[in-house]
Amino acid sequence: MSVLVYTESDQGKFKKAAFEVASYAKEVANQLGTTVTAVAINADNTAELGNYGVDKVLNVSADALKDFNAKAYAATLHQAAANEDAKVVIVSSSADSKTLAPILAVNLEAGYASNVVAAPTSTSPFTVKRTAFTNKAFNMTEINSDVKVVGVSNNAFGLVENSGAAAAEAFAPNLDDSLFGVKVDSVDKVTGKVTIADADVVVSAGRGLKGPENWGMVEELADVLGAATACSKPVSDLGWRPHGEHVGQTGKPVASNLYIAIGISGAIQHLAGINASKVKVVINTDPEAPFFKAADYGVVGDAFEVVPQLIEKLKEFKANNA
Amino acid sequence: MKILVCISHVPDTTSKINFTEGDTKFDTNGVQFVINPNDEFGLTRAMWFKEKQGASVDVVNVGGAETEPTLRKALAIGADKAIRVNAEATDGFFVAKQLAAVVKDGGYDLVIAGRESIDYNGGMVPGMLAELTSANFINNCISLEVEGTAATAMREIDGGKETSKTALPLVIAGQKGLVEESDLRIPNMRGIMMARKKPLTVIDAIDTAQETSAVKFEKPAPKGAVKLVDAGNIDELIDLLHNEAKVI
Ligand SMILES: Cc1cc2nc3c(=O)[nH]c(=O)nc-3n(C[C@H](O)[C@H](O)[C@H](O)COP(=O)(O)OP(=O)(O)OC[C@H]3O[C@@H](n4cnc5c(N)ncnc54)[C@H](O)[C@@H]3O)c2cc1C
Repeated sequence: MSVLVYTESDQGKFKKAAFEVASYAKEVANQLGTTVTAVAINADNTAELGNYGVDKVLNVSADALKDFNAKAYAATLHQAAANEDAKVVIVSSSADSKTLAPILAVNLEAGYASNVVAAPTSTSPFTVKRTAFTNKAFNMTEINSDVKVVGVSNNAFGLVENSGAAAAEAFAPNLDDSLFGVKVDSVDKVTGKVTIADADVVVSAGRGLKGPENWGMVEELADVLGAATACSKPVSDLGWRPHGEHVGQTGKPVASNLYIAIGISGAIQHLAGINASKVKVVINTDPEAPFFKAADYGVVGDAFEVVPQLIEKLKEFKANNA
Repeated sequence: MKILVCISHVPDTTSKINFTEGDTKFDTNGVQFVINPNDEFGLTRAMWFKEKQGASVDVVNVGGAETEPTLRKALAIGADKAIRVNAEATDGFFVAKQLAAVVKDGGYDLVIAGRESIDYNGGMVPGMLAELTSANFINNCISLEVEGTAATAMREIDGGKETSKTALPLVIAGQKGLVEESDLRIPNMRGIMMARKKPLTVIDAIDTAQETSAVKFEKPAPKGAVKLVDAGNIDELIDLLHNEAKVI
């Protein structure tokens, strides 16, 4: 009857989202009066999960799961859920978890609520708060099925430390060849750089920067803050920055602690995608730019003067607070 | 190749979002509805398959009669025929089961859906549909080529892209990149005229459970006013971010 949680890892290391979903699972388990079992696939240090309240870890190490495969990962979680007789399965909002969750829901005949931002408000009926209309609203959703799949938004519930035994147990799923109808050929991924999905801080810039040659200062600011870089839609449409950096309603969603917008006007479609960020800072020459209505802090000024200053001052700040 | 494009009927991206009936229903008053942006990229990609490689392209929507203008628009862009499953689309699993029945019945080789619809943002229908029809699945798809029954697809992952080899039958959840913004087709007069004569078939929904229900909506709390910092006083900004917002 334990709550099952999929704790995702990358190159053996748990993602921050893994600890967040473990924290969430612990809260659900408390509400239901049960324990938390995590599923870890090819992860190195499963004991870390104990810090977030995980009681037991089903430790899967399988060569067949070296590359992500939605159906095979879903099958693994399906079998783990059966093993634990789990009625609630928790996943994150990473690209991979969002890919496997619908398949898992079908396997389990489970209702699935995605983009959940808070602990269940009730477990009977099982009710969660999720975002809808691309962050322009919230929606309370009841999951009516016997088994439930909950997808938790990044950075919404946060990390909650708890102690759990994280007792590891080897788990070998039965993976039929028919699951592997999609085979990964190549992966093109920047290494050593924080992704928009995982970042605490995102530094984003728009058409106000005039051209791709001016992104040096954006990257430097991101470096100082340990931030991910992002951009508005026209900037990626113009080819100034890669599509993967496009954030907003039709791009990637952002739910960071701090979002810094430089030379971005704050169109409704842009704001919809980044509104889940906790603190927003805008730097813009135009005091009438709509972004000032959505931001917490603003500087009316020229990015080419403000950003270099901000970089210098932040370096001083970091040196003094190291 | 038989292609089915799933079309979600959603409020235009500039819409003001309000609710009625005690915050239990989306208020459609004064709202313009459009083809879901993620599905628009897929529809244009389907047109390319049709024109360059030969394919039939049908479009489908699960919804009430009010969604028909959106389906007609897809026909005007060039789809051959439209199907509407007559049911209110609330739970993603319910919608996926309706679509699975359409896919099995029509014998489609390739289903192109969107990564998510911009109203409920469920992001679940394409993956569920793939599983229900035993098709291969590519999420967040930003490029797709099909040769015979073999397919090469690229998907966006956290921090990069991944290229895979797969095969039909296939379901993809598309987004920008599948085609570029500048490639998007807009209906022209001739297309609109032709669309009037193209078949739009309405079928009954199959009887299946609603696994989830949206019971209430809420709008985010109104935001406080922005705190402005003088461009010559960046120290103050750093101080506010450190001591007040506590984010650095
Ligand atoms: C269906 C649809 C979906 C969309 N989805 C998205 C989306 O997902 N994401 C997205 O971003 N957009 C999206 N858009 C586009 C959106 O409407 C805006 O066009 C876009 O966000 C504007 O980008 P921008 O702010 O970079 O450019 P602009 O609107 O051109 O703004 C540039 C800003 O820079 C400021 N500026 C100029 N020079 C300087 C300087 N030296 N220093 C500081 N500031 C300066 C200007 O005052 C201005 O406010 C969508 C539009 C549609 C119709």
